[in-house]
Amino acid sequence: MGGFVSIISRGFHGRRRDEGDRLPPGQYLVEDFPVLSAGPTPRVPPERWEFAIDTEAGVTHRWTWPEFLALPQETPTVDIHCVTEWSKLDTSWEGVSLDTLLENVDTAADYALVHSYGGYTTNLPLEDLLDGKAWIVHRFGGEELQPQHGGPARLLVPHLYFWKSAKWVRGIRLLDDDRPGFWETAGYHNYGDPWREQRYEGD
Amino acid sequence: MTAEHLDGNTLAGPLGELFAVDVTTATGRCANCGLTGPIGSLHVYGPDPGLVGRCPGCEEVVLRLVRGPGRAWLDMRGTVTLRVDLPD
Repeated sequence: MGGFVSIISRGFHGRRRDEGDRLPPGQYLVEDFPVLSAGPTPRVPPERWEFAIDTEAGVTHRWTWPEFLALPQETPTVDIHCVTEWSKLDTSWEGVSLDTLLENVDTAADYALVHSYGGYTTNLPLEDLLDGKAWIVHRFGGEELQPQHGGPARLLVPHLYFWKSAKWVRGIRLLDDDRPGFWETAGYHNYGDPWREQRYEGD
Repeated sequence: MTAEHLDGNTLAGPLGELFAVDVTTATGRCANCGLTGPIGSLHVYGPDPGLVGRCPGCEEVVLRLVRGPGRAWLDMRGTVTLRVDLPD
């Protein structure tokens, strides 16, 4: 019994130390999942949903909902960091890696402009979507992703501030030139690295 | 279901930092659908990461206001004109 308690105690302190290391500057931890929105929540029935990647050469790759679900699924557990200063640790998702979606896409583009149902956009370098760093996810915490959190599917790019993880994702345009998105044209940082605290333009 | 958006008059304080007049009583025209009405009638989302004022007719973005430390960004590309009533 004493051994059990000491394991819990050690585990607790160990976890707290880890949490400190995992919290970028200026962030605080939350247990709930705040909802921030720039517009009405789109309701996209699966039969009308599609995801498309448009290349800089004008070639479009499309997936219907059943085609998307038939792709190899991954279950990333990641920490997420919102520019409004909350962070949430060990969030668990299920979806398709952008490596899988881009596997057969012929492109030499350097930039990506992500666009969503409802009109939201966000931009990032294409390399930030590759090498196991980004997913299109459709399940959160073992359940279907709810519309207020971006369901049926959202982008998940946990190494950047969470506004880059576009809710209600509809497609990605691959571009030779960077094209700033919704918040990036309204004062927020173009790249948004939480570890360098790139919140606003000029940070 | 309750409205997801805030009342347009919540813009009064944040816009009051930038303008000498109360812009929520000014008449705006939506650049997308042409609807005219007081800025205070916009459907407002936010306040974080920024205030987004949408046309109550077509839900297009009329204005956006982001307040950072020591500076603010105002985007009014969705407004064709603002009519501000002033004394003669």
